[in-house]
Amino acid sequence: MSLLSLFRRQPRSSADTARERLQILLAHERAGLNGAEFLPQMQRELLEVIRKYVQVDDDRVQVNLDNDGNISVLEVNIELPAAAPRHQSQ
Amino acid sequence: MAKVIVVTSGKGGVGKTTTSAAIATGLAQRGHKTVIIDFDVGLRNVDLIMGCERRVVYDFINVINGDAKLSQALIKDKRVETLFILATSQTRDKDALTEEGVKRVIDELKTQFDYIVCDSPAGIERGAFLAMYYADEAVVVANPEVSSVRDADRMIGLVTSKSARAEKGETLPQHLLLTRYDAERVEKGEMLRLEDVQEILAVPLLAVVPECPSVLQASNVGMPVILDEKSPAAKAYAEAVGRLLGETIEITIPKAPKRGLFDRLLRRSA
Repeated sequence: MSLLSLFRRQPRSSADTARERLQILLAHERAGLNGAEFLPQMQRELLEVIRKYVQVDDDRVQVNLDNDGNISVLEVNIELPAAAPRHQSQ
Repeated sequence: MAKVIVVTSGKGGVGKTTTSAAIATGLAQRGHKTVIIDFDVGLRNVDLIMGCERRVVYDFINVINGDAKLSQALIKDKRVETLFILATSQTRDKDALTEEGVKRVIDELKTQFDYIVCDSPAGIERGAFLAMYYADEAVVVANPEVSSVRDADRMIGLVTSKSARAEKGETLPQHLLLTRYDAERVEKGEMLRLEDVQEILAVPLLAVVPECPSVLQASNVGMPVILDEKSPAAKAYAEAVGRLLGETIEITIPKAPKRGLFDRLLRRSA
């Protein structure tokens, strides 16, 4: 520690930033590596099941895996075609 | 019983070949019959670092293909009695290394040697995979730098799950060897601290090799740096070798040179 540094506000060191970036990234990668591999396959299978009941396009199904610290969230977003089925039921 | 040690890292340029050469030479200096194998097919460099580039006639790939006998391809080191080098080929054929061929050569080497040091290429392609596949122990080399640490983590994961030992449900000891550590920059907060890298990678530390001019000087002349006994890098590698041999040696952590108060005041405020 130097005298001057007592009076000056120390900017965050780049090594601290490096450590934090790595910790977050690696927590994500370690948890995500196995998960990410099955996602495309799961997406295809989900689509098959949904298609048994509703006609949806390939790009209307989105599957995301989010790791946020201790919690992992699997987010499945299916956009149903709004207009067509309703016309049929009326 | 012969032991296969892989030196790997994922990222290139962190010091795999320097480390392989130093560790193999150190093991041989301690009286163990040791061979270093270059797995970087197409980009051979172990021969250059070991200073035997002009003595390569037959190589690893020749032996795999049956074009040469192992005894013809093994190059005997001129400095250390019990040290041998198995260079690789400069071929661009990506399929030159086969799982079966590598196993055959390693099995044959196991009957003649105490230690087989496999110098892995960078990346996670076939060469890197086969270099670690038959290993009994892994030395993961990293620099205190984000991309290197990330790749080391990836490599540790691969060794843990994809090596032959892992597939059989056996354990495979892994060690972290940190190179190019600059204590002065760490003190200034410019470089990841040893403790941070250790905490992130969570494998036992083997040695910390300081950033040191002797490494380049040794490579310039084709001498494993461990033979430059006065250099701090050589001391760190000698410690690594001792620890690999099961000795309890305290790891030397490089320290920044001490400066006077006046000097430090000036430096900090600059």
